[in-house]
Amino acid sequence: MTRRLPPVSATDTVAGPADAPVTLIEYGDYECPYCGEAYPVLKTVQEAMGARLRFVFRNFPLTEMHPHALRAAQFAAAAAASGVFWAAHDMLYEHQDALDVASLTAYAARLGIERRVLQAAFQGQYDALIQQDFVGGVRAGVNGTPCLFINGVRYDGPRDRESLIAVLEQAAAAALHAPA
Amino acid sequence: MADPHDAAPPLLQPGQAAPDFTLPATPDQMLSLADLRGAPVVLAFYPADWSPVCGDQMGLYNQMLPEFHRAGAQLVGISVDGVWCHAAFAEARKLHFPLLADFEPKGTVARRYGAYRAQDGVAQRALFVLDAGGIIRWSYLSPLGLNPGADGILDALDALAPTQKPQGAQA
Repeated sequence: MTRRLPPVSATDTVAGPADAPVTLIEYGDYECPYCGEAYPVLKTVQEAMGARLRFVFRNFPLTEMHPHALRAAQFAAAAAASGVFWAAHDMLYEHQDALDVASLTAYAARLGIERRVLQAAFQGQYDALIQQDFVGGVRAGVNGTPCLFINGVRYDGPRDRESLIAVLEQAAAAALHAPA
Repeated sequence: MADPHDAAPPLLQPGQAAPDFTLPATPDQMLSLADLRGAPVVLAFYPADWSPVCGDQMGLYNQMLPEFHRAGAQLVGISVDGVWCHAAFAEARKLHFPLLADFEPKGTVARRYGAYRAQDGVAQRALFVLDAGGIIRWSYLSPLGLNPGADGILDALDALAPTQKPQGAQA
């Protein structure tokens, strides 16, 4: 059920070159403990893959289950608008136990996100984009977080570093040898 | 997908009329399928309150409620758990849709939909999308341990959409 995975677009938060042979998309929730577990692994995987990997993070906040997930996603959107998305993303996953408004406000100050930008985000400026990520994910078959797609195909295998690198290397090789 | 050890009738299929039922939605309220006529209905049968997969699945659908409502649809969860168990589960997960108790006689409604798993005494993880007239337009049986997500439900609701009242052009 990987049909209709929304293609990577200008509204996406992307790390890595656009022409990388492998695109890894994560649907994640900043308050989800499993995403928290996946975070350091994905980070080392990114380092290992270098320029061969484009990593995209999309919002899948389960806000009824995770009371701080929407605020965290709003904070991340404010960070994206301020050009510091990945620093904010890392900060959120490294402080999953402190995602209340006061903490987020402090993180914003540390990252140099303007107060009015954060306020606008908290007031819902980016909520439609966050919801668009969510619904696009559901349409593509995301049923929980984290949910990974490798070159458009949902990946349900093991999520340890070695397994991920192996499958990404394989996808990279396949992409490089595929007819254009 | 059918289990050879399960002699239960097969899952009801598109085109069939959804059997009516009346089940407790809370300790003092009953809900009849007939009450929901006039709009699409999503019936989500699931094995058990509190189990990890069901928790994720109901949590996902809870989050999807605005999308279901946008399509004019009502969502109803059904399992063989009792009303008090449902009440505690719904409160803990902040669920905003009714969970019906197919508790006594156990599994009667699930059986009628071909969604009973006799060997375990629970409902199957089965989904149905009914149109406004109570006709099944889509049904799906998920492996017990697998959260089927909501893409199939959204597709089925989309397929109904031309017959529904438009609710905003750019939805």
